[in-house]
Amino acid sequence: MQSSKNSSSLWQTLFGHPIRAFGVVSLLLLILLAVAPAKNHFSEWRHYQNKYLSLIGNRSDAVTLQRHFHDHDGIQQIWLPQLGVVDRCTTCHTGLKEATLADVSAQPFRKHPAIPHTLDQFGCVMCHRGQGPATTVEEAHSSTLAWEQPILPARYVQSSCGQCHRAPLTGTPQLNLGRNLLSRYGCVHCHTIKLPDGTAMKPTDDPPSLEHVADKTTREWIYAWLKDPQAYAVTATMPNFKLSDPDARDISAFLIANSTPIAGDTAPLSKNEKAPDPTAGASLYGESFCASCHAVQNAAGNVVGGDVGPELTRVGNKVKPEWLQAWLHNPRIYDPGTAMPHYRFTDPQLSLLTAFLGNKTDSDLLANVHLDAATPEQIAHGKLLVTDYGCASCHEIGGIKKPDNFAPELTRIGSKPLTQILFLPGMTHAIPDYIAAKIRQPRSFGAALKMPQFTLAPAQIDALTTALLALTDRAQDMPRALTVPAKPPSNYQPAGRAGQLMSDLACFSCHAINGRGGDMAPDLTWEGSSVQRPWLQAFLKNPGTLRPALIRRMPRFNLSDGDAAELADYIMTVYQNPAFDRDSMPNSGYPPAQVEQGKQLFYSKYACQGCHIVDTKTDKGYVGPTLTQVGSRLNAAWIYHWLKDPQAMRSGTIEPNRNMNDEDARALTAFLMTQKGSGKQEAKK
Amino acid sequence: MAKHWRTFFAASLMFVCAGCTHTQGPAPAVAALKPTGFGSVLIESSGSKQIGPTGMVLAQPLVVQVNDEQGAAVTGALVEFSGPAEVSFDPASGLTDSSGQLSTNVALGGMAARYQLTARTLAKTQKPIDLKIEEIALGYQEQLGFQLDNKYCARCHSSESSAERVSNYDNLAVKPHPFAEGDTLNKMTDAELTSIISHGGPALNKSALMPPYGYTLSKSEIDALIAYIRLISDPPYRASGMVYAKP
Repeated sequence: MQSSKNSSSLWQTLFGHPIRAFGVVSLLLLILLAVAPAKNHFSEWRHYQNKYLSLIGNRSDAVTLQRHFHDHDGIQQIWLPQLGVVDRCTTCHTGLKEATLADVSAQPFRKHPAIPHTLDQFGCVMCHRGQGPATTVEEAHSSTLAWEQPILPARYVQSSCGQCHRAPLTGTPQLNLGRNLLSRYGCVHCHTIKLPDGTAMKPTDDPPSLEHVADKTTREWIYAWLKDPQAYAVTATMPNFKLSDPDARDISAFLIANSTPIAGDTAPLSKNEKAPDPTAGASLYGESFCASCHAVQNAAGNVVGGDVGPELTRVGNKVKPEWLQAWLHNPRIYDPGTAMPHYRFTDPQLSLLTAFLGNKTDSDLLANVHLDAATPEQIAHGKLLVTDYGCASCHEIGGIKKPDNFAPELTRIGSKPLTQILFLPGMTHAIPDYIAAKIRQPRSFGAALKMPQFTLAPAQIDALTTALLALTDRAQDMPRALTVPAKPPSNYQPAGRAGQLMSDLACFSCHAINGRGGDMAPDLTWEGSSVQRPWLQAFLKNPGTLRPALIRRMPRFNLSDGDAAELADYIMTVYQNPAFDRDSMPNSGYPPAQVEQGKQLFYSKYACQGCHIVDTKTDKGYVGPTLTQVGSRLNAAWIYHWLKDPQAMRSGTIEPNRNMNDEDARALTAFLMTQKGSGKQEAKK
Repeated sequence: MAKHWRTFFAASLMFVCAGCTHTQGPAPAVAALKPTGFGSVLIESSGSKQIGPTGMVLAQPLVVQVNDEQGAAVTGALVEFSGPAEVSFDPASGLTDSSGQLSTNVALGGMAARYQLTARTLAKTQKPIDLKIEEIALGYQEQLGFQLDNKYCARCHSSESSAERVSNYDNLAVKPHPFAEGDTLNKMTDAELTSIISHGGPALNKSALMPPYGYTLSKSEIDALIAYIRLISDPPYRASGMVYAKP
């Protein structure tokens, strides 16, 4: 009652008289009219612009900075219709282009670090995401009801490069690593990832076929491996499926029962009266450079060796000796596509190496594995589990088809709507957090999920997350003309008998030729222009050391004379650089004066001895190959052209281009061609 | 009628005010950890002086150890990590394990700079014991320089030798300057560094063992290399020339 009386008296005071009422209504109208300019005046962005002005006010280049600012005060906008970019970020981020603000760390005034793109051409949200047209801090950076994609945390920013750049970039190591891991850890066996060019991402791991697995290993080992792959080998990329004991028992039962033998993949062990010399086995392992591809964990727990082949720390627990001996004899019988070269080991070497590897065991690994004979029910259940877990997505298993799209497709995972995602309690509602959590602990999203647990370091998880975040709608829908496609993979295969030999020796596991192959050893695309035939044939028979400091070297395959000649002929004939004729300069007979001039240039003007060795007594350069025999190894024309432009002969070589004049290059070539070696083996070490 | 006016008035007031409000997110709740042990010394075990890209997790975790007066490891001591605003620690605090150690993964901020981090534990007397740790974050350009250093320079300019990359430092008649050697390199201007990288040692009357890279590396690559050298230099590099007033 009281309040209604009050309000009615207030009403009387304000509107009781027409003139008063007019005055009050006018006042209200004025206040309402002031709302828009007041909002503008008190807006966040104006607050930041004022703060910026006071920040630059007392710097020595204040006048310049102020002029730059006053050319661009008020709301700023970068509009790039082709890219769908409308960015107003520069309204508050005022100092982005000011080189002299390098010392300012306060946001939003920081200078943008130097990158290969300019702000005006790419805007901000292309790389940082967030909502470009927004003009408040909250709306621009966070996800709101109307805008799901918050700003991308700096740790994943390389993912944005991957939206346009399909080829690896020098500046994006994390993205490159992530993409490698997607292929190397076999993620794309189960998850389809379609690239914008229509092809699908391919795995680069080579999970072994399990069709003949009983020839190779025991059921006990399969059981232990399934239970914990990293207990067998810390570097194993096989994930842990967290199988229960009975499930692991049944899968191992099925795989053994399902395995079929193949002829020749086991070999009877030679009966040796005396035990083979363990040091001889170790030195054969060393001489054959097994460690270039295979790693072994040493006593200190460090994994030493290459990662092309599987880790061998406990290989004796895994493989049956008769299988191992047959494998070492010729790995292509068991696995025609293996990256392992077919060494031509002699019988004594075979038994030596088999015994040496067979001794690499860990007595604890299988100590507690006791399996009773498998029952038909267990085998049937095992088959069910193998189908259920999608084992055939990665491994060939007799009688089970590789499932299509076993796991959700990840082609646009970076733009997945948040409403379609089930977040865990306490988790930040953002795509990067979801992806990282899913990789870190897939089963935390539900114990019944099938995705297994991978063993990954934090940096690897970040790299994978980065690579997946690059798979956005924007990446898929970007006009082709604006993207930088990857080089299409090469399926180059040399022809004829030499081609067969090169496959048999797995040359492509280490060497690249015409775009196909590994990067462990030199690219051989123009090897025929580079080397002299007698040297090449001798090297194939018995590879010497060109770079004494390297631990990875060309192994000796025990090639027959015929095979070595066949390969040498093919390389000399086919792998020639079309830019020059390798016989255009003589390999000997240079005038002594020119040779002497070359020597002077070598040691003084160009100081080549910093990286190369010509005289083993005085020179100590261990960066490049030793040149003591270069005159009988390389062709003069190759050396000349190499000196003129090393990167043109082999892209990516670290030998600097010296912009050498013709006379110097010829003199140096003359000097180097006199380095024919002593005939004897080079001084060791 | 009166009701309408009041509602309208209130609504317009709210409308005016809404423009001025700044929303603030709730502060994250941190579960309190109860220390069961107290040490007197905090030492760094591993993971300091790392170099990593801005905003990303450093390759190695940062491990600190709490010891008592006798130098024995203390279990259950509370250690808290802190640093500049953008640096994140996972975990940011924790209790030391049975070997007296606590390990954390550090992600540095978005600015290419040296980051001063602090690890803190409390002594029995509640007196804080601090340990200063420094890490370096590389921006895009410095990261590129770091990779170029690894590929072209480090074989001679670094004496660190590994089986994968054997150092040539000891074999050289004239020793190159390690890139972190601020005492020497800070005195050289950017133009001088560009010159010696592009044209080799003789450009500055130095050894010809330093070859020219001006025909191998691009201008932007050489700039990246210099940006990297400047950032890792110890003592830190300060550009000469303009002097700024403190903001």
